[in-house]
Amino acid sequence: MAERPAAVSVVIVDDHALFRTGVRSELGDAVEVRAEAADVDEAVAAVAAHRPDVVLLDVHLPGGGGAEVMRRCHHLGHSPETRYLALSVSDAAEDVIGTIRGGSRGYVTKTISGPDLVSAIRRVADGDAVFSPRLAGFVLDAFAGSIEVAAVDEDLDRLTEREREVMRLIARGYAYKEVARELFISIKTVETHMSSVLRKLQLSSRHELTRWASDRRLL
Amino acid sequence: MSSARGDVRRAARDTQEPLIGGVAAGLAHHLALPVLWVRAAFVVTAALGGVGIAFYAGLWMVLPADPQFDSATPGLESATRGGRRPGRSRRLGDAGPAIALAALAFGAVLFVQAVLGRGAVFWPVVIALVGVALLWRQADEAQRERWLDTTGRIDPVRAVFGRGGWASYARVAAGIILILAAFALFTLRSGSLSMARDATAAGLLTVLGFGIVVGPWVYRLATDLTAERAERVRTQERADVAAHLHDSVLQTLALIQKNFHDGPLVARLARSQERDLRAWLYAGESTDERTVASALRLVAAELEDAHGVSVEVVTVGDCDLVEPLRAVVAAAREAVTNVAKHAGTGQVDVYAEVSTTAVDVFVRDRGVGFDPEATPADRYGIRDSIVGRMARHGGSAEVRSTAGEGTEVRLHLPRQEDKDDG
Repeated sequence: MAERPAAVSVVIVDDHALFRTGVRSELGDAVEVRAEAADVDEAVAAVAAHRPDVVLLDVHLPGGGGAEVMRRCHHLGHSPETRYLALSVSDAAEDVIGTIRGGSRGYVTKTISGPDLVSAIRRVADGDAVFSPRLAGFVLDAFAGSIEVAAVDEDLDRLTEREREVMRLIARGYAYKEVARELFISIKTVETHMSSVLRKLQLSSRHELTRWASDRRLL
Repeated sequence: MSSARGDVRRAARDTQEPLIGGVAAGLAHHLALPVLWVRAAFVVTAALGGVGIAFYAGLWMVLPADPQFDSATPGLESATRGGRRPGRSRRLGDAGPAIALAALAFGAVLFVQAVLGRGAVFWPVVIALVGVALLWRQADEAQRERWLDTTGRIDPVRAVFGRGGWASYARVAAGIILILAAFALFTLRSGSLSMARDATAAGLLTVLGFGIVVGPWVYRLATDLTAERAERVRTQERADVAAHLHDSVLQTLALIQKNFHDGPLVARLARSQERDLRAWLYAGESTDERTVASALRLVAAELEDAHGVSVEVVTVGDCDLVEPLRAVVAAAREAVTNVAKHAGTGQVDVYAEVSTTAVDVFVRDRGVGFDPEATPADRYGIRDSIVGRMARHGGSAEVRSTAGEGTEVRLHLPRQEDKDDG
């Protein structure tokens, strides 16, 4: 893990100054923190000015939430290479799934340990997805039972059996390399599956997801 | 989804993203049909002598607007009010089918007119209907804004226009103009121009007079309502927050102050308080023992408090905690306790998956691990409380462990088909 040549550049976006300071000190010199921002406007400006590799994005943010930051940066074409990792104290399914669909490449809770956060940031910087066990649980729930129903629609509406297995193991608390060993596949393959689940979650506009959301009164 | 509670499913209009009154969307959700079908049915029946329109209007009046606002937890509602969460956005694609249907409806109207030649009565009725629909739609918008309004103030202007905005004014103005136009058109077709003018003026005067008579009365009613509502909301909120803070947070803070020298205890208290507050503010997850998931969360909470470990519970699917399923919860409790006592790690992951046929629970840690073959006699818990218990209840348990890499206990219990709770 230590063989990355340049430190990943990061912008921390959170409306609690105390929390930003805490994250900054936990990250130490493992990554390069370029800027901090406390609301949507500041965050958009910071992304445009610093073009970070990764934005640590609070889900709840004055000005419309983390999803609004991603929407605006995307819309204005600011730093298209930048990737987003959502960081939240809220475990509400609505927010978690909403942020992923807004374009974030992963979701972790604020109680995550320093080293875990650093590795999550690196993973996101490399273009991989980061799923906490809880997010994996939401995903499984969202796509649950879609096998028969979604036969009419394209592949976006369901997870393949393999993706389901990967999600299940993540939900059980397995690390990527443990998932790989358990399923006799390479870590790279695990990462491919994760990215593909992420893509389905973001693109599927669809039936199962909509029904899942409306069952929970999220729509 | 099986509804664990015995509440009745009621239809409601979907006022979040309505096209006209949200009746079709609400009905489609209630009947679990695609929205397009319901909309098409309304259009087709509307073309067949106007039944659809009458039906739609009736449902619009009778069905309550959906009460979705109450469902969020205090933290989420507060974040929404403070603008820290994204609002709902409407996609253009949603309107596509509706526009197509509206075009079809318009075609149907022309067709009926051409075939039957009932233009004299027909057009005024259509125009008046559109006007009424616009006014009703504005009433919905105003109602929605009243719900979202935190000041609790109601006054007659806001009761009609909501928070204002050109859309509100345009809807009201267009609605009134359309109704008047329909009225004028009707009298114009059936009589002379002067008669039409007189009739329209008479209609306007009637409305005006009615307003003058009833207006003050409505105004006073609204004022009373405002005061009463604002007071109630404020009292309830204050009581909720005070009770919760007093009960839990203050107690914890007091305990922390008393035990500041005891690191592990303080960490445990902070963890337990965090879990509690988080659940209350955001997740809205229960820990009563009515469903499998809530029972597992309760187990996790109790063991976190008892042993100072952190237990992360993830559940997929859920069902009522019927008697046979208690075995799997008890076995999971034993497995987590084992981790807390022996694994030497502070972190346990519990994953439960409830399918229609079985309940699977996985308890995983990254602790010291052990060799299951050489289980010492004092590890009585695993053999009897976990493996034995699961076997007695017709399930199975498997313990996988590698020294130095941690342990995973897998519990599997088939669900009996006693009575379907769907």
